Amino acid sequence: MKSFIPREVESLWTLFTAPTVWAMHFIGCYAAVAVYCAKAATLDISFDTVRLALGGFTIIALAVIVLSAYLAWRQWGFGSGDPPHDEPTRKDRALFQGFATLLLSGLSFVAVVYAAIPLIFIAECQR
Amino acid sequence: MVELGNFSPEERAAQEERLRKVWKTPGGWRYWTSVNNSEIGLWYGVTAFVFMLFAGALGLLMRAQLATPNNNLISAELYNQAFTLHGTVMMFLFAVPIFEAVAIFLLPSMLGARELPFPRLSAFGFWSFLLGGIFVCGSIFFNAAPNAGWFMYPPLATDKEYAGIGADIWLLGLSFIEVASIAAAVEIIVGIMKCRAPGMRINMMPMFAWYLLIVAGMILFAFPPLIAGDILFEMERMFDWPFFDVSRGGDPLLWQHLFWIFGHPEVYIIFLPAIALMAMIVPTFSQRPIVGYSWIVLAAVGTGFLSFGLWVHHMFTTGLPQISLAFFSAASEAVAIPTGVQIFVFVATMLAGRVIFSVPMLFGAGGLAIFTIGGLTGVMVALAPFDWQAHDTYFIVAHLHYVLIGGMFFPIVAGIYYYFPFVTGKKLSDAWGKVAFWLMFVGFNIAFFPMHFSGLRGMPRRVFTYPEEFGWDLFNLVSTIGAFIFAAGVLTFVIDIFRPKPEPETRNLNPWNAGTLEWTNDPSEDWGMRSVPIITSRYPLWEQENLQADIEAGRYYLPDAKSGKRETLVTSVLDAEPIQCLRVGGVSYVPMISAMALGGVFIALTFHWWIPTIICAVITFIAIIWWLWTGTAQIPEAEEVDVGLGQKLPAYVSGPASVGWWAMFITMVGDGTAFASLIFGYFFYWTVHDDFTAGSAGPGAFWPMVALVLFVIAWLLTIAARALNEKGPAGCRIALVAGIIVTIAACLAGLAGPYLQGMDPTSNVYPATVWVIAIWTVVHGAVGVVMLAYCLARSFAGCMTAEHDQDIRNVTLYWHFMAFTAVVTFAVLGLFPMVST
Repeated sequence: MKSFIPREVESLWTLFTAPTVWAMHFIGCYAAVAVYCAKAATLDISFDTVRLALGGFTIIALAVIVLSAYLAWRQWGFGSGDPPHDEPTRKDRALFQGFATLLLSGLSFVAVVYAAIPLIFIAECQR
Repeated sequence: MVELGNFSPEERAAQEERLRKVWKTPGGWRYWTSVNNSEIGLWYGVTAFVFMLFAGALGLLMRAQLATPNNNLISAELYNQAFTLHGTVMMFLFAVPIFEAVAIFLLPSMLGARELPFPRLSAFGFWSFLLGGIFVCGSIFFNAAPNAGWFMYPPLATDKEYAGIGADIWLLGLSFIEVASIAAAVEIIVGIMKCRAPGMRINMMPMFAWYLLIVAGMILFAFPPLIAGDILFEMERMFDWPFFDVSRGGDPLLWQHLFWIFGHPEVYIIFLPAIALMAMIVPTFSQRPIVGYSWIVLAAVGTGFLSFGLWVHHMFTTGLPQISLAFFSAASEAVAIPTGVQIFVFVATMLAGRVIFSVPMLFGAGGLAIFTIGGLTGVMVALAPFDWQAHDTYFIVAHLHYVLIGGMFFPIVAGIYYYFPFVTGKKLSDAWGKVAFWLMFVGFNIAFFPMHFSGLRGMPRRVFTYPEEFGWDLFNLVSTIGAFIFAAGVLTFVIDIFRPKPEPETRNLNPWNAGTLEWTNDPSEDWGMRSVPIITSRYPLWEQENLQADIEAGRYYLPDAKSGKRETLVTSVLDAEPIQCLRVGGVSYVPMISAMALGGVFIALTFHWWIPTIICAVITFIAIIWWLWTGTAQIPEAEEVDVGLGQKLPAYVSGPASVGWWAMFITMVGDGTAFASLIFGYFFYWTVHDDFTAGSAGPGAFWPMVALVLFVIAWLLTIAARALNEKGPAGCRIALVAGIIVTIAACLAGLAGPYLQGMDPTSNVYPATVWVIAIWTVVHGAVGVVMLAYCLARSFAGCMTAEHDQDIRNVTLYWHFMAFTAVVTFAVLGLFPMVST
């Protein structure tokens, strides 16, 4: 069976996956409510719909971050070795990348959850 | 394991003679044409420091004025100019440039490179900074300084009656300096990614390099929105295009958005490099490796990203929907996590080692204590309801000074104490340093702590005086006394720097017993690394035996300079395997001439001197083309160069393997961000109006679509030219000529829409926005034409061949971004008005 999980990639960019997801989620939420609150009068959508949609968006963002965390965990050898990963080898370099990416995925997860909290408590475009 | 080189004393002397000749800094007045990182870094740093002292003096002037109620030491107008210039200079002419200076000075040595990849670009950045800085600072002596606050809010700053020429000086002078910052970002990113010593894998990089990589990336996304804002602002001031004029559909809030999308990351852009210095200092004085290397990377990258989600917390009182405020409040709290992580990493490192409380550590620890207080008040003002109370009061003044002076100024002073022997070979005085520290630490707290209380008692910012009965007098008097104690500390420090110091009795390159690579360099030599070592540790001087001796004996890479050219190694991004011997630019007038001419453009524009503007622009253009033609993509005398240790590396590579390609990529990312900011502006106006076209016809769909298609064809022709070039020059030249013609047609079609519809940009914000975006794209098209013509000329001159194709590859990369810009521009301008109605 073909795996859904991507193969391991050798790149510096993977480090930034989870924070980039946070950025997309943040911009998405901000832009959605900014446009909605400015154009509410002309739109046939309730604020609750916007909240629900952004809630779904949040779940997708968190899922992508979890996937990124899983890939990072795999690159980190599923936690088989402890930091500091400072040996001059390709392997330790990859373990370091995996661990750093995993940490960033954790931070990004928390930051996405933070950004979603207002969606629970704020029920209108109050100015 | 590679076998190291072994040279007889005579061979070594001959090598050193050749290296010295190649890297020699010219004497006499030609000294100023030097481009070596150690000269540029030093000039940059000293200039920034002098600007800091100037801005500090303005601060003292303000404190003197506020010492007593109803004081009339200086006028309200001078006070306005003083606080505007104080903030502007500290942020733009000190905080950001000093980190660029430190980076340019230290990075090559830290990474084990001879030089950063684009030394002439660094020199260009320095001269731009110097000229722009003098222009901005000098204005106050002509009573013409900007006077509307360092963030230049319209409508106050667009009001020509109130904010005269000062606002133009601010906009144009600082735009010019932002160019220098982006140049530095390109230099730093490419340097860190591609110019590390062999073996310095990314898990081996000094912490400083990690931080700087992130900071340079942040510059690329933070500065361009301000440049876009500056363009809109200056178009309003110069040609009356009403971007911020409410009566014609504009909105001052757009400026606040663009300013703070820059302004908040800016705080972290200046904070992270200072913390980076701490990350070098703390392990040295704890005499052990840093605890939690990966956690520092988490903190640096995490802060870098999250800092972009904070900008609206400067705009909590502007009436945005509460849910928007809440998003930014949440991100503002979240950023405390990575910031806290880095502080705990330092504390843990100190606990795990044996701390030597030297002067750099005093400044570092004192700074962190101050910063933590500022961080805590930051968490307070990140809560919207508290901010509504504290906004625009002295509470904010206290908060921002605690953050900036604790998080940036103290660590910088620590860094100067720490690296002074690296620069000059001599240490600063411990005794003077301790006096300076306690004066500064105590003075700072006496000056700024009372501002929390005067702020909570309602004292607003930016007032030049206050009446007696409000009960602010005592706090202000104490603040003023503290400010002067603080200044006495700074003065002590300055005297210590300039006081004559005896020659050290013994030559000791590493007086602090540090573990990182830069301490192998001899400050009396211009070559940086005597030979480029193979790195196998994060703290090579602690853990690699004989490293210093082997480097000095030329036993590693590039021990010689037989080609007579300045050479450094390029290595791969992840594992730092050697891939190229890069020839970097040497001593030259051209960066200085280009910077002075470009400065001339900005200065002449300020005063609306159109003819000098055009003359300077032409000189800039010629100088830059000359620079590129004579200094980049030079075909080497032999394909491969002996770099020592039995290895030969190519001297010419093109495409993603080359540093030039990356420089283009990074520049265009910044350019793309500025473009995205203009598009943001377009949609911003759409959200604030029911009918954002204000009944105007718009550019129609036809001409924008024609322009779109033509730009895409020109892009395909450019790609074809690159592919054909591999087979021979003829086909490539035809494709280039066709590309030039089609691009010119595309530019004309791009302007045809708004022109033929008679859109008047002064009538309403909608036509103004359409024009500004169309012009942005057409200007990029014009640059694309120049690039294609340049490739054509290079091809005819025999400088661009099938094997040596850097030029066309970099131009193709530009065109990828160009095509994206054109497609977005014309799809939005042509189609969105139809969709939105």
